[in-house]
Amino acid sequence: METFQTYDTEDFFDELVDENGSPRPGVQILVDKIESLPNGDLTLRQKEAEALLLKMGITFNVYGADEGTEKILPFDLIPRILPSNDWQQIEAGLKQRIFALNEFLQDIYNDKKILKDNVVPKDLILSSKTYRKECEGFSPPRKIWCHITGTDLIRGGDGCFYVLEDNLRCPSGVSYVLENRQVLKRTFPHVFEQSKVRPVDEYPVKLLDMLEHLVPRNVQSPTIGLLTPGKYNSAYFEHSFLSQQMGIELVEGKDLVVADGYVHMLTTKGLKRIDVLYRRIDDDFIDPTVFRPDSLLGVKGLVDVYKAGRIALANALGTGVADDKVVYAYVPKIIKYYTGEDAILPNVPTYICGEEKDRSYVLAHLDELVVKAANESGGYGMLVGPHSTKKERDIFAEKIAEDPRNYIAQPTISLSRVPTIVGDRLEGRHVDLRPYVIFGEDIYVQPGGLTRVALKKGSLVVNSSQGGGSKDTWVLLPSPQ
Amino acid sequence: MLSRVANSIYWMCRYIERAENVARFIDVNLNLLLDMPTEESEQWSPLIMTTGDQELYEKKEQVYNAEEVIWFLTFDREYPNSILSCVAAARENARSIRETISSEMWEHLNNFYLELIKEESIKMALQDPNRFYNIIRMRSHLFTGLLDSTISHGEAWNFARIAMMMERADKTSRILDVKYFMLLRQADLVNTPIDNIQWLAVLNSASAFEMYRKEKHRVTPRDVADFLIFNKQFPRSIYHCIAKAQICLHRITESPNGTATNPVERLLGRLKADLEYTDIDEVIQSGLHEFLDDLQTRLNQIGGVIGTTFFNIKPVTAATTSEQ
Repeated sequence: METFQTYDTEDFFDELVDENGSPRPGVQILVDKIESLPNGDLTLRQKEAEALLLKMGITFNVYGADEGTEKILPFDLIPRILPSNDWQQIEAGLKQRIFALNEFLQDIYNDKKILKDNVVPKDLILSSKTYRKECEGFSPPRKIWCHITGTDLIRGGDGCFYVLEDNLRCPSGVSYVLENRQVLKRTFPHVFEQSKVRPVDEYPVKLLDMLEHLVPRNVQSPTIGLLTPGKYNSAYFEHSFLSQQMGIELVEGKDLVVADGYVHMLTTKGLKRIDVLYRRIDDDFIDPTVFRPDSLLGVKGLVDVYKAGRIALANALGTGVADDKVVYAYVPKIIKYYTGEDAILPNVPTYICGEEKDRSYVLAHLDELVVKAANESGGYGMLVGPHSTKKERDIFAEKIAEDPRNYIAQPTISLSRVPTIVGDRLEGRHVDLRPYVIFGEDIYVQPGGLTRVALKKGSLVVNSSQGGGSKDTWVLLPSPQ
Repeated sequence: MLSRVANSIYWMCRYIERAENVARFIDVNLNLLLDMPTEESEQWSPLIMTTGDQELYEKKEQVYNAEEVIWFLTFDREYPNSILSCVAAARENARSIRETISSEMWEHLNNFYLELIKEESIKMALQDPNRFYNIIRMRSHLFTGLLDSTISHGEAWNFARIAMMMERADKTSRILDVKYFMLLRQADLVNTPIDNIQWLAVLNSASAFEMYRKEKHRVTPRDVADFLIFNKQFPRSIYHCIAKAQICLHRITESPNGTATNPVERLLGRLKADLEYTDIDEVIQSGLHEFLDDLQTRLNQIGGVIGTTFFNIKPVTAATTSEQ
């Protein structure tokens, strides 16, 4: 097998190999192991890992595909390795960012100071589709709004990390982090042990601690549940996995009913009150009497109970306004406003199409920029300029002209790469990184996160719905010196 | 326990037990064929009768021959009681309760299904059916074993056992009914070697032959029926299934045996009492077919009442706020 000896970084920033082709600090042990494998062994291990994932049923459903079409999230055995100093910056940066965004949410739904001080345009917030008027004047338990976040980071050609987007609603993917780690431990046990990798497995415990932290103080033995849209949802495996790991109830909307001012589960022995819901259903679908009336997934009357403080929701309602892609452009200012500090993790430079000067620049440079719709996720509603056709650019130019408020644009960042198994050799593929952050009694950043990899040669789109896969992410302990 | 979860456990187990029984029927029939050179159609139609789905079969297939019947009962996705449909349904139920059952159970069911849909499975079923149906049976046994040894014997387990016992009682009654009905019509065959072979087959499809032999020496229709309906210890006899289901039911409701706090306990208790205070001669006198027919109706009824008692609970206090 042609492995690291012939591996070519092609002038991209590579996570495992430096510009001279030598392994970066902490990577040598893995390289030695892979070099020592007999021919074909790596491919074999890769196949075994995939078979294992299928057997465990770690699959997702592709939207729009036939019912019952199951795929495993493509998984690549070569891990992404992060030295501890890189991680320290990420961890501090995320804590700062999530703290500030939480302050921001509490503020805009209550005193609106940041809007009155004109740091963030008032219209921008109040006109956002994800701003929930229903939350005005409301404080969630412990004033925590964004309990669970998955922030997408990328590393550019300069070797620096940038925040690409905040996911403050229902970020998914953490189960892959946990399962990928299981698979890697089985595949490279010795490398794993010698490399001093920080564990990721305490995530479910931290998550449960956070959920228990939200229990109303007068409740003695609380019931906690995870609200899922059901088994046809693409993230259903994760919902079921997390509730099993935490030992909490996995409930669907049809299992819940509001009675006597509380939310109850329908059980074989009648109604049982539920106190905290980790909900994996978007605001829009959670209560048909308040939001989308055609939703079959939610619970009628849930929002009233929530506002009366008789049930806690994680994440809180209305957090989507803070991960709006236009609001994103203001996050550095938001951090400064609430903490007095500069952002530790910078944003990717962003052009706001709602602002005239930026818009004309964007329209003139569509072939160089990445254009994103404010409220789309999963890689939908996106134009990657350098890889687009003239026709696609024309469509986006029209869309931007029609609804400028809904679009932002960013320069194309040359994402860093990680060696990836392609046939019987290693080739560089672009990656991003989504660490998971839990905001409970304090803020916890899981050391690792989901490294998503664009498996198509040259592609920059890492979403699973668009041909992306994942890798295990190793955060190393500081080396004793 | 959530009603939806209890419902899924219940159906997961019924489907697996159903798949196993279909495999048993086919396997025994194949063995029988080797011993009895008769018209092929006469041999394969009773199998469809056992399932009670002749109408469905005749809509799809023209003739009763090995290949068509085996395909219909094993791989036909449009036939809801084929082995493949049952395993697929069990797996879908399992998927929705993965957090309740053990990973071993889920992985086993998942694998059961993934193996069954492989091209080689169809080949094996036709070329080496004996081995194929034995594998199906063993996979079902493995599932039962995992159920018993990898999850706590609490509410979920008790619902699972009820499901299995109800399904098994139903299937034992059906196989007995079909054979009895069919054999006794051919009065000239009674006590001939063929008759004996047929009764052996009945016992075999319930894995009952060896246990039967320990208690009775001669194979007679009366004794076989007695054994499969009334035997207290044999795990596939109807009485045993009903008695075990009743025990599990009372563990769930926590009401003492001998009392009835809901319609399921009433109906199941009554059925068990009827079986306790009846014997085989009485049954034969008033007609075995009628008895079994009535039994199946009662089993269906109990199944329905289990649904309305435990799975479709409508909130009493909130009738106006939820229609979900």
